[in-house]
Amino acid sequence: MTAAPAATGTAIGMSGLTVRFTTRRSQTTALDDVSLDIEPGEFVTIVGPSGCGKSTLLKIVAGLVKPTSGEVSLLERPVRGPQKEIGFVFQKAALLEWRGARANILLQAEMRGMDRARAARRADELIEMTGLTGFEKALPHELSGGMQQRVALCRALLHSPPVLLMDEPFGALDALTREQMNAELHRIWRETGTTVVLVTHSIAEAVFLGTRVVVMSPRPGRIIRTFPVELPAHRDYAQVMSDSRFDRLATDLRGLLGSAAANH
Amino acid sequence: MTENSLDTAGRQAAADKAGGERAAASTPGGAGAPDGLGGPAPSRVVAPPPDRVGRPPRPTLGRRAAAFADSLWRPALVLAVFFAAWWFVAAREYVPNYLVPTPGQVWETMTTQWSELARHTLVTLYETVLGFVLAAALGLVTAVAIAYSRTLDKALYPIVLFAQVIPKIAIAPLLVVWFGLGLTPKIILAVLIAFFPVVISGVAGLRSTDPELLDLAATMGAGPWRTFRKIRFPNALPHLMAGLKVAVTLAVVGAVVGEFVGASEGLGYVLLLANGNLDAPLLFADLILMSAIGIVLFVLVEIAEALLIPWHASRRAGVSLTTS
Repeated sequence: MTAAPAATGTAIGMSGLTVRFTTRRSQTTALDDVSLDIEPGEFVTIVGPSGCGKSTLLKIVAGLVKPTSGEVSLLERPVRGPQKEIGFVFQKAALLEWRGARANILLQAEMRGMDRARAARRADELIEMTGLTGFEKALPHELSGGMQQRVALCRALLHSPPVLLMDEPFGALDALTREQMNAELHRIWRETGTTVVLVTHSIAEAVFLGTRVVVMSPRPGRIIRTFPVELPAHRDYAQVMSDSRFDRLATDLRGLLGSAAANH
Repeated sequence: MTENSLDTAGRQAAADKAGGERAAASTPGGAGAPDGLGGPAPSRVVAPPPDRVGRPPRPTLGRRAAAFADSLWRPALVLAVFFAAWWFVAAREYVPNYLVPTPGQVWETMTTQWSELARHTLVTLYETVLGFVLAAALGLVTAVAIAYSRTLDKALYPIVLFAQVIPKIAIAPLLVVWFGLGLTPKIILAVLIAFFPVVISGVAGLRSTDPELLDLAATMGAGPWRTFRKIRFPNALPHLMAGLKVAVTLAVVGAVVGEFVGASEGLGYVLLLANGNLDAPLLFADLILMSAIGIVLFVLVEIAEALLIPWHASRRAGVSLTTS
């Protein structure tokens, strides 16, 4: 894999991010003074209740939303406008319905004007890695939700981005498929060394995938606490689930999220 | 459970799904044809079937003929009943023959005056097609301008709406005064009348793009032209094709109305002539030819639609206004 994260420095730096939305009647604060530094190669998972501004946070990093105040940097450069050095995966697969799986993955290359032959080779590599072999020509409506999300993941990885942003990518999948996708994403992260920020509702997902778990409060979204995950870098789903450290962390998180919700 | 076995489970589930879809879609004629794109099977796991997914195989000629016949017999029956009723009413002279001729008389007029009618039909067809193509092009450009620019949206929409609500028949004489008796006023009328549905459907289509797709395009560093070509335009096609189908039938109306007001050729001119001479068979033959133009052009747009957006739900489900 050819992901090339900066050897030193931060991959993503956020300081004092605040977002206020003004509607006709009122002003809501979606994010309140969020600061977080993410090292290259980290897998940071962000958990929090619905509407805590997690998704907005990702969009700010991607340069798709401008914060009301605060600074954000990506690969040591300040973020102004949409960023190219990232891969973005949404909750919906957001595939083009008229394109087959492989053509959907290659959209990334076409939009970037990448070298065709190299992009095609990389696409085949990713198709093999995510188990999409045999489905290259299948249109999105012919694929299951899990398969669609695999295609979206391949599309986000095609250009070997140093940073991968994932907004509840497996939220719409059934529990079994979700576990499979978690295991696959973990393997892909180990193989590519990409910096990943993943937003999720699921405590199990956050702990299994993360090297660090960030817990956010309900609106206005603030970072309540950050937990390092003391599990081996190479994780196996079944083993992690029965690991006592997993249990302790999950219980802590559940308690924290519960009390945060109760205070509002 | 090891990681590898999880992975295998994933592929197995995928393979099962593919198998199910293939079974559902398989019909004689091409099931199980390898597509040769599976590539080398991954060594560590069970290879999923290197087969096309969910695409029904190409039907054989016999099956296609049968499907065609199956789609035709219902409209054919309705037409037959209609002609029988017409013939019955006319032949029994429940209505005088100078008002409603028999199908035989109309047929005779068509065959004896064939070359003359063909010439007039071609004139109207030419005006209609040219008007439709111009309306489609202008409509699409306007739709893009409206969908992309707030300023142009505010500036153009009132004009578009005005062009639509003004009675076209009322401005036809004016157009004849301005542009003479040639083809120009007919084509302009066809454009004016066909333009509106193209704009409305085009704007609706372009605005229906999933905002996440646009966010995605932004993170891919693509400029507006690439985003339009690869995402927004193909996404708008289903809406646009619906608008074009309406537009093509309206273009016929525009051309004929133009011919009514002042012309020396075309089916509208023939209609006035036949009316003045109380030549009912010619009048009916003329009406049939006008409808034929509309139907043929409509079917052509439908065929274009089937070729352009075979992926769209409206085509997949076999929901179609005509055949297939």
